[in-house]
Amino acid sequence: MLELRNVWKSYRVGTLGSKRLTAVRDVSIDIAPGEVLSVVGESGSGKTTIGKMVLQLTSVTRGSILLDGADVTARGHAARKAYYRRVQGVFQDPFSSYNPIFKADRIFEAVRESYFPAVKRAEWSARVDDVLQGVRLDPGSVLGKYPHQLSGGQLQRMLIARALLLDIQVLVADEIISMLDASTRIDVLNLLGELKERGLGVLFITHDLSLANYISERVVIMRHGAVVEAGATGKVFTDPRHPYSRNLLASVPQLHRKWSDSDAEPEALEPDGDRDVPPPPLTEVDEHHWVAGV
Amino acid sequence: MTLEVEGLKVHYRTLKGDVRALDGVSFSLADGEIVGLAGESGCGKTTLGKSLIRLDGRMRHVAGTAVLDGEELPIGDDKAMNPRRWSAVSIIPQYSMSALNPTRRIGRMIAELLRSRGKSYRDHRDELVRRLELVGLEARVLDNYPIELSGGMKQRVVMVLSTLLDPSLLIADEVTSALDVTNQKAVAETLVRFRDMGFVKSMIVVTHDLSLVYQIADTIMVMYAGQIVEKAPAETIIKAPRHPYTRALIGALPEVGLEYGDERLQSIPGKPPHLLHPPTGCRFRARCPLAADECAAEPPIVAVEAGHEVSCWKAAD
Ligand SMILES: Nc1ncnc2c1ncn2[C@@H]1O[C@H](COP(=O)(O)OP(=O)(O)OP(=O)(O)O)[C@@H](O)[C@H]1O
Ligand SMILES: Nc1ncnc2c1ncn2[C@@H]1O[C@H](COP(=O)(O)OP(=O)(O)OP(=O)(O)O)[C@@H](O)[C@H]1O
Ligand code: SF4
Ligand SMILES: [Mg+2]
Ligand SMILES: [Mg+2]
Repeated sequence: MLELRNVWKSYRVGTLGSKRLTAVRDVSIDIAPGEVLSVVGESGSGKTTIGKMVLQLTSVTRGSILLDGADVTARGHAARKAYYRRVQGVFQDPFSSYNPIFKADRIFEAVRESYFPAVKRAEWSARVDDVLQGVRLDPGSVLGKYPHQLSGGQLQRMLIARALLLDIQVLVADEIISMLDASTRIDVLNLLGELKERGLGVLFITHDLSLANYISERVVIMRHGAVVEAGATGKVFTDPRHPYSRNLLASVPQLHRKWSDSDAEPEALEPDGDRDVPPPPLTEVDEHHWVAGV
Repeated sequence: MTLEVEGLKVHYRTLKGDVRALDGVSFSLADGEIVGLAGESGCGKTTLGKSLIRLDGRMRHVAGTAVLDGEELPIGDDKAMNPRRWSAVSIIPQYSMSALNPTRRIGRMIAELLRSRGKSYRDHRDELVRRLELVGLEARVLDNYPIELSGGMKQRVVMVLSTLLDPSLLIADEVTSALDVTNQKAVAETLVRFRDMGFVKSMIVVTHDLSLVYQIADTIMVMYAGQIVEKAPAETIIKAPRHPYTRALIGALPEVGLEYGDERLQSIPGKPPHLLHPPTGCRFRARCPLAADECAAEPPIVAVEAGHEVSCWKAAD
């Protein structure tokens, strides 16, 4: 359904954009309906940049992004609007998506104004109630409230509800739970699980490997802008083949194993090199399991 | 004992009344002990940390004492606390990484800080460099501006800085939350190393990430709505928790290996009570699967084992 083909992204940095920083290097991934694909990796590895390109918030330097086979790079306002009916994003800090001086449910009204101006108010409220129920929020307790009267988890679920009003096919979820505490996280995560059962495709960006494993059937691990390992979550997480993936997994704090019980040192990793040369290609080491540079 | 806290109550004054963010907290910290402080957002973790070092303008010390190395801390007396800050009690505040002054080079900032305490930078520079190297940073970072360092590097600078004067007690408030897993681990292990090397005697590590604090803490305290509801050795809290709230918190943690299809993780239904008018009796009552009539009265603190205390009517069952 959604496909990235050999996507590259360079940002201009420095005074007057004199230098370039290659943030994403030759990334190819795809998401099917009803599937959650997790993208994990160290800070600065390019995860958010991928999400932004999918949402057309930043341009693609090279390569292409396709939705149902058609190139999505919008060529105008109408095409872009049509695209946003099908693809939406939710980000890390739910508070920043709301204007504190307006009631939080204004985000729903904004969708009606720009996408469904012909829908009558009563019918629209019924639809809003429906999507709120869908994200397990009680309309009575969230509608008419200001953002500061709602919890982070409630605000985050309202943003997901807004995306659902558009009947989207793909949701880009960038670190949507890292600001929430454990209990609220689970609610949002289980909600994503239900949405995928209803056919939504989700690009789930996170640095929490346990959550990635819980919610997604496939995972992509990134470092220095490139994919180092990818495949079925179960395979990648139980049998990581790339040294970076092994280090990453060994660092995850877990309740059945203490860091201090293992005296294995982190493995030595390749330093960051020239980012403009193509990264090592992925090789299939097992069914549904690819590793770079073997 | 490094620290003994007894019946501590600290409130925030607001227009609507007092927010009872700390409402009768008692615990002690042995020499060399690392205690983890965990609990949901808003339960009072940061308030506890701040109470031991500096009350902000809206906080009020209502009752209770804290004794550090045999001397009572003058909580609430800002002036009297001042000589103890940084040298006897030190804090790495929540969000401290983003609080580094962006217009000062790291070295200059540290020099100014030392000077404001009447200490000389020259006397401390060698030790500073030695400790930076210990956490994998070159002396060069002293010439850097904060934006030139990654999150993990900044956090390590802050750790070295806050322990430079070898305080008795270090409070580390959410020092790993903003980092990726690799940096989280490095930072958490550095805390342990600082204790082992004697840079700090004891430590309170505040976090809402139980699996992380389990990795490094000797003891874990679980807080709920302004009170400590369970305290035990880290192993016991994770493997044999007694308080229904602790059990619920642990039940909400995904482990690598668990998948959505296998077993659904359970969140804790409901919300913590508002601390403006906390409910009487057990504060977890509205969300507790075991709640019974007796829970309408304040639960007793039960020592189920040496070093394992639970505040719950059903603790002994
Ligand atoms: N607008 C921008 N202009 C210039 N450089 C940018 C811009 N946005 C991101 N970068 C750089 O691109 C690289 C990738 O950033 P990105 O935000 O995609 O990483 P990430 O994997 O999402 O990291 P994190 O886990 O910290 O969110 C980083 O080196 C970052 O500094
Ligand atoms: N300045 C303030 N005025 C009024 N109430 C406050 C103030 N600061 C904190 N509170 C309240 O005191 C309680 C405890 O807050 P505290 O910051 O200690 O929680 P925390 O456990 O550190 O949470 P988090 O995990 O989100 O950091 C909360 O209910 C909070 O709303
Ligand atoms: S005292 Fe009662 S309500 Fe409170 S945690 Fe124990 S059983 Fe539950
Ligand atoms: Mg990001
Ligand atoms: Mg806090």
